[in-house]
Amino acid sequence: MFSWSTIVENLPYLLQATRFTLLVSGLGMGLGLVMGIVLCVARLSPIRWISRIAALYVSFFRGVPLLVQLLLAYYFLPSVGIDIPPLWAAVCSIGLCAAAYIAEILRGALIAVPHGQAEAAAALGMHPFTIWKRILIPQALKISMPSLVNELIMLVKVSSLVSAVGIVELTRMSQSISAATFRPLEIYIAAAAIYLVINLALAGLGQALEKRLDY
Amino acid sequence: MTSENASSVEITALGKYYNSFHALKNINLSIPAGKVTCLIGPSGSGKSTLLRCINFLEEYQEGAVEIDGQVIGLESVGGRKMSARRLREMRRSIGMVFQQFNLWPHMTAQQNVAEALVQVQGLSKAEAARKAAAALQKVGLGDKTESFPNRLSGGQQQRVAIARAVAMEPKLMLFDEPTSALDPELVGEVLTVIKDLASEGMTMVIVTHEMGFAAHVADQVAFLEAGELVSCAPPAEIFRNPSDARIKAFLETYHARNQF
Ligand SMILES: Nc1ncnc2c1ncn2[C@@H]1O[C@H](COP(=O)(O)OP(=O)(O)OP(=O)(O)O)[C@@H](O)[C@H]1O
Ligand SMILES: [Mg+2]
Repeated sequence: MFSWSTIVENLPYLLQATRFTLLVSGLGMGLGLVMGIVLCVARLSPIRWISRIAALYVSFFRGVPLLVQLLLAYYFLPSVGIDIPPLWAAVCSIGLCAAAYIAEILRGALIAVPHGQAEAAAALGMHPFTIWKRILIPQALKISMPSLVNELIMLVKVSSLVSAVGIVELTRMSQSISAATFRPLEIYIAAAAIYLVINLALAGLGQALEKRLDY
Repeated sequence: MTSENASSVEITALGKYYNSFHALKNINLSIPAGKVTCLIGPSGSGKSTLLRCINFLEEYQEGAVEIDGQVIGLESVGGRKMSARRLREMRRSIGMVFQQFNLWPHMTAQQNVAEALVQVQGLSKAEAARKAAAALQKVGLGDKTESFPNRLSGGQQQRVAIARAVAMEPKLMLFDEPTSALDPELVGEVLTVIKDLASEGMTMVIVTHEMGFAAHVADQVAFLEAGELVSCAPPAEIFRNPSDARIKAFLETYHARNQF
C-alpha cells in the first residue's frame, strides 16, 4: 500500500534539506559563473603562460570526478591547517568544478561572436577590459544561456554528492528517512518530485530570461 | 596642414606583410586635412589593408602612417610599438565605419552611440544619451533611438554606425566600403549622409566601389593595384583621363559591369 501519510509527515524534513540542495547548487553556480568568466578570459589571453594555466585548470577540474574533488577538499584543507566548515568546502568544490565547464561553454560562445564586434570598439579607443565587459561577455552570456541553464540543472542534481562530506541535503535526508520509516518508495518518489519541480522551475526561468535577453 | 577639427595624414614608404605575403608595397600618400580621399582598385588590391593601417587596426612593418605629424602605432618611424594607452588616445579622434556595420546587437541604436561616449570620453550617462540622440537625429534616425540593430534596415544600421563614429567628434573618418553590404535601393541614403559630413570639412578616407560617388565627392582619388599605389590624383583626371593602363582597364571592367 502506497502511504501518502508517510510523505506528508516527512515533507517538512525533506523541504528543510532541500534548502541545502538549493544553497550548495545556487552558490556553486554563482561562484562558477564568476570564476568561469575569469577563466575563459584567461584561456583566451594572448599571454601564453596565463592561457596555459587556465587550460590546466580546466583539464584538472573536468578530468577528476567531483566526488573525489569533494573528498580531497574535505580532507586536504584541514590537513594544511585551513579550517573551513564542510558547507563552504562543498560550495567551493562545486563552484570550482562548475567554473571549468562554464569557461568552456563561454569560450565556445565567444568564438561565435564576430571579430568585428571587438574591432569596432577598439577603433573607438575602448580599453580591452571594457570591450570584454561591455561588448563580448554580454553577447557570450546570451548565446550560451541555454547551456548555462543546463549546467545549473546539472549542479542541482550533482549537489547530492555533497552528502559525502556530511551535509544533509535532499538525497541524504531521503536516505535517512527511508531507513527510519522503512518506506523508501514513497520517500524517493517525493524526493524525485522535488528535484523535478526545482529543475522545471529553473528551465522555465531560463526560458523567460532568454526571451528577456532577446534583441 | 593641421586645422582645428580635421587631421591630415601622411603615409610614407608604408610596407605591410601578412606573414610572407607583401600586401602593401612602398605606399606614399598625402591626405590633406578637411579633404575627401577615395581609395579605389580591384578586389584584393589592398584598399582595406591600407585603410586599416591608418588607425593601426593592422600593424605595418615598414615606413609610417603619421596623423598630424604623430606616427600611429609606433613610438617613432621604424621604432618600437607604442603603448596601448597611447594608441587608444590616438584612436579617439579617428572614426571608422565598416562594411558590415559591426553594431553591437545587444544595445539599442542610442546605446550603441552612447557607449564610447561614456566608456571612452567619460561623459555622464545623461549627457551621453543626449549627445547620442542628437547624432542619430543628424543621420535621420531621430525616431529609431530605442530600436535594436536587427530591427533596422541595412541602410539604417549603417547610419547608426556612422552616428556612433561621428558622435566622438573625430578629426578623421575612415570608411571601408560603407555601402557594399547594402541593397541597391538603400545605398543612396547612406551616401547622402557621408556627403553631408564631407561638406562639414572633416578629413575622410573612403574605400568605395561607387565610382559615381567617388567622382562626385572626392577631392582626390587613389588607385591601388596588387598592393601598390598606382596613382593619386583629382577625380577628373583619374576618371576622364587616366594616365595608367591599369586604371583604364579597371574602369572599363567597372563600366562594362554596370552597363545594364
Ligand atoms: N588577415 C589576412 N591574412 C592574410 N592575408 C590577408 C589578410 N587580410 C587581407 N589579406 C590579403 O591581402 C590582400 C589585400 O586585401 P584587402 O582586404 O586589403 O583587399 P581590398 O582591396 O580591400 O579588397 P576588397 O575590394 O575585396 O575588399 C589580399 O590579397 C588578401 O587576400
Ligand atoms: Mg576591402
